[in-house]
Amino acid sequence: MVVKKIAGKEVQVNDEGFMTNPAEWTKEIAVEMAKEEGIAELTPAHWAVIDFCRTTAGTSGKTPTLRTITNGANVTTKDLFGLFPKGPAKKVAKISGLGKPEGCV
Amino acid sequence: MKTFLILGAGTAGSLMAREMSRKLDMNEWKVILVDKDDNHWYQPGYLFLPFGIYKPQDVVKPKHKFIPRNVDFIISDIELIEPEKNSVTLAKDKKVIQYDYLVIATGADIHPEETEGLKNGGWRHNIFDFYTADGAAALGDFMKRWEGGRLVVNVVENPIKCPVAPLEFLLLADWYFAKRGMRNKVELVYATPLSEAFTKPTSAKALGVLLDQRGISLETDFYAGSVDSTNNKLISYDEREVPYDLLVSIPTNMGAPVIKKSGMGDNLNFVPTNKETLQSDNWQNVWVLGDAANIPASKAGSVIHFEMETAVANILAHIAGKEMTHKFDGHSLCFIESGYNKAVMIDFSYEQEPIYGTYPFPVVGPLSLLKETTFNHWGKMGFRIMYYDMMLKGIPVPLPSKFSMAGKIKK
Repeated sequence: MVVKKIAGKEVQVNDEGFMTNPAEWTKEIAVEMAKEEGIAELTPAHWAVIDFCRTTAGTSGKTPTLRTITNGANVTTKDLFGLFPKGPAKKVAKISGLGKPEGCV
Repeated sequence: MKTFLILGAGTAGSLMAREMSRKLDMNEWKVILVDKDDNHWYQPGYLFLPFGIYKPQDVVKPKHKFIPRNVDFIISDIELIEPEKNSVTLAKDKKVIQYDYLVIATGADIHPEETEGLKNGGWRHNIFDFYTADGAAALGDFMKRWEGGRLVVNVVENPIKCPVAPLEFLLLADWYFAKRGMRNKVELVYATPLSEAFTKPTSAKALGVLLDQRGISLETDFYAGSVDSTNNKLISYDEREVPYDLLVSIPTNMGAPVIKKSGMGDNLNFVPTNKETLQSDNWQNVWVLGDAANIPASKAGSVIHFEMETAVANILAHIAGKEMTHKFDGHSLCFIESGYNKAVMIDFSYEQEPIYGTYPFPVVGPLSLLKETTFNHWGKMGFRIMYYDMMLKGIPVPLPSKFSMAGKIKK
């Protein structure tokens, strides 16, 4: 666990760069995290997915998987890959200040 | 009489039926077990069918042989589960069973129809699965006649049953084609949605090295969106194309259709379950075991074996109105058959990723973790006998349920 300064705020992140306390997240952090992930600008379509993920994680306590996002956020898998290229579930999780989607070994 | 109903007579259901028929007072309780047929498949054995190491008859036995006589075993499809009414309707004679406690152990199956084009022209011609006995046998027939080319193994999406099986298939394929003197005519490719060969860092690295040594190439972060079986191409959602001559697919795994029909599952029809108590998240008198549950443990037989102690203790405590004190730790133990009569072993839990060391005892092992050894191989091959002749018959298998750091080496 390390402390990282992002968008002027100090937050806790794990070895893979995922924030460990979703409450520390701000929209400014999302913008900075997105840049680190190679997404120059967050459009309304990006924000719709981020909002969905934050809300879902807030109620279920779990980071949504790819399927949960495409089923619930009104976005096709193809479009989701367009918005967050290469592993969108992981990428959205990071930008949304959530943990890595719980995968099984 | 009270009714203890178990749906599914696979590994989890059969073990639970035996345990409950021993532990419940059978003057007060009736244990009913339901499954669609009487074939108990040894699913880890499917891996060996394409390579001719096992034949289909080696991996199936009648279910009723493993079910105690005081358990009422009904062969029928399940039509509907109504947990609010404590009721299950069977397809056979539309029989309705009212239960006091319910165990769901209906497993997971592959769903190739979830991927566009996967079941089109190429299915069972040059596209196969090995997660069904007939699929694995058909793949074996194809490989016997195959003259070589590009063999692509693809995991469509996670979670899948036995997450190490795709790696084992590739390692065995390397050995198989080498033995046939045609390894130079076969290109082996692993297209996976993961970013590495495997999920957790230490094992991903060790297994990645092993794949590299054996000339198996990796296509990572690959989410298969469709299959073009006219041009033999696998296409990802981000429009990367992977050509193949032989596609070995691990299609989307989903829970039983009846879970969906009964409105009890998540979007893959797995039942939301407490990962520690193994009780359903939504119904107090429902437990979910094995592949049917959505818990973040491997979908593997060893997990069921390790879950059993927790589930049985918690169910009995709940029946007696006591506090549930047992917690499942996500313990999983897997052999990774790697060809040349060797295997790798991994032992891990929710909290601890697979690392190096020995199992079950420090230093002496005799099994080695994350290392290829011949002893591991014989452990894997011997397990089929142990499974049918000990585990399913209720003879204690000497593998402790709790994950232990004994013998593990942190680097």
